[in-house]
Amino acid sequence: MKKYIVRNLRAIWGRAYPRVIAANREYSWLVADVVLPLLSVLSYGLLYKFLGAGIDFLGFAILGGAMSAFWVNVLWSMASQLYWERMGGNLSLYIIAPISLMSILFGMSLGGMLSTALRASATIFIGSIVFEIPFKTGNPVQLFLIFFLTLSSLYGLGMLLSSLYLIWGREAWHLSEFLQEPVYLATGMYFPIKFLGPVGFFSSLIPLTLGLDGLRQLLFKKGEIFGFLSVNMEILILVVLTIVYLFLAHFYLKKMERLARKEGKLTIRWE
Amino acid sequence: MKDFAIKTVDLYRFYKKGKRIIEALKGVNIEVEKGELFGLLGPNGAGKTTLIKILTTILLPSKGKAFVLGNDVEKNTLKIRERINMVSGGEWSGYGILTVRENLWMFSQFYGIPSRVAKRRIEEYLEIFGLKEDGNTKVSKLSTGMRQKMNIIRGIISDPEVLFLDEPTLGLDVQIARTVRSFIKSWMRERPGRTILLTTHYLHEAEELCDRIAIINNGMIVALDTPKGLKKRMKNKIFYSVEVRTDSYDRLKEDIPFIYNVSINPLPDGKFELKFQIDNEEKISDLFLILKNRNILVSSFRKREPTLEDVFFEIVGEKDEEVHS
Repeated sequence: MKKYIVRNLRAIWGRAYPRVIAANREYSWLVADVVLPLLSVLSYGLLYKFLGAGIDFLGFAILGGAMSAFWVNVLWSMASQLYWERMGGNLSLYIIAPISLMSILFGMSLGGMLSTALRASATIFIGSIVFEIPFKTGNPVQLFLIFFLTLSSLYGLGMLLSSLYLIWGREAWHLSEFLQEPVYLATGMYFPIKFLGPVGFFSSLIPLTLGLDGLRQLLFKKGEIFGFLSVNMEILILVVLTIVYLFLAHFYLKKMERLARKEGKLTIRWE
Repeated sequence: MKDFAIKTVDLYRFYKKGKRIIEALKGVNIEVEKGELFGLLGPNGAGKTTLIKILTTILLPSKGKAFVLGNDVEKNTLKIRERINMVSGGEWSGYGILTVRENLWMFSQFYGIPSRVAKRRIEEYLEIFGLKEDGNTKVSKLSTGMRQKMNIIRGIISDPEVLFLDEPTLGLDVQIARTVRSFIKSWMRERPGRTILLTTHYLHEAEELCDRIAIINNGMIVALDTPKGLKKRMKNKIFYSVEVRTDSYDRLKEDIPFIYNVSINPLPDGKFELKFQIDNEEKISDLFLILKNRNILVSSFRKREPTLEDVFFEIVGEKDEEVHS
């Protein structure tokens, strides 16, 4: 058992490696992943400034812009990844390796989280300096929990989508396109989710909604005024979402592997 | 029960393709001993890859049983996966953004190999395959041959007890294919007890490497023996080889209806080698007449020993364009 656990831990790091180390080797990511998102943030920032909404709203937009990088990463580098692994021929090699496929997904998540965190931090850092955003020091334990749980549940959702995309096949690709922009609205990426009223409860199924709201409450002065739920309630819901998404990801991954082995649909090219 | 490396018992595999049911394997029975290099020959769609996928636990059998190192492929997948590996011809595994060394290291981690051991093995194999200089080249920049060498290293880095090679030299140039074959032989020699199941389209490769060969056609094993044993089956048949010089051999087979199991191989200097069988030796004079009428110059003519290619065509019945001598 110990050997199996160690092997899976090594596999997680092995699969995370291409995303953590190799993906940062070429500096083009600075333009694609930092400068371009900053332009969207800038447009919201200028709008808020023009409307006289206050400096905290600028901070909301910067934080939203930074967190949107995680959503894009989950959609394009997690949800559709197993599909690409299949097309590239890696999926068969993952299946025959003496590890759980969950470790492969954990590795992808870990790699995605770490490399995106670098990009998100750069967005926050540059945005805060350019717009001179003041941050407040919220409860560090709550801050850590809400950030950690947001990413855990978000990547749990990514792992679930990854298995589902593989089962649904090529058409699922369009779902990513469909989910990208509307989610910016539904999760309150650039404005407080409270403004959407009861819609916010449905949006809370996407962990970014509560994560962003909680982080805004903890990092900005006016955050609490525009808070959707209490931070502790948001932490609790994020714990539940993490468990549910990871459980479902595991369930569908098993189902996918069973289907792959039984029907040959995922490893036989002409199928 | 004897401890086989691979054993299948009445193995069937069906696929559903639309409303049709395709029978990829129909009652396959093979027993591969530990330490054996076992070849699986067959035309396209014969069931070779399906069999490998079942044995490597990627696919489940529809009916029957399959065992690898005594473990049932349906029930003991983890025990099998710990002790096997697989390399396919033309595979594009790994990630283009990684270097050769990084890619190999990544796959070694899926087998739980400590980094220190993995890195030592990587260096050792890169040296053997002449890839040491390219170890820091990104995988996306590799040629097909270099990439396949890397794939083979990936397959052996976990030091598997059973290695499945699914057409490992497919599409490689002669020199690299030779390197791969020579490595396979030395790997087996240096590791007694290790087993390889090899599928190939190249008959000379099977003849050169394999201890025993199973010929599979339409999902069934139609012959199983040593290369020598397979050739012995043809001892009562007479084979001929004619070297000719011609601009075109179009319709040559059709123009000479009394020869069969014909294969035409190009030779240097615009020559071709025509291999065939004739039941009635009296027809040979007719053959020369036809060649003369077509202005085809004969530079040599000889009776020859049967080759594995002859056995294959005799058993499978028709020439598969993908099977090469």
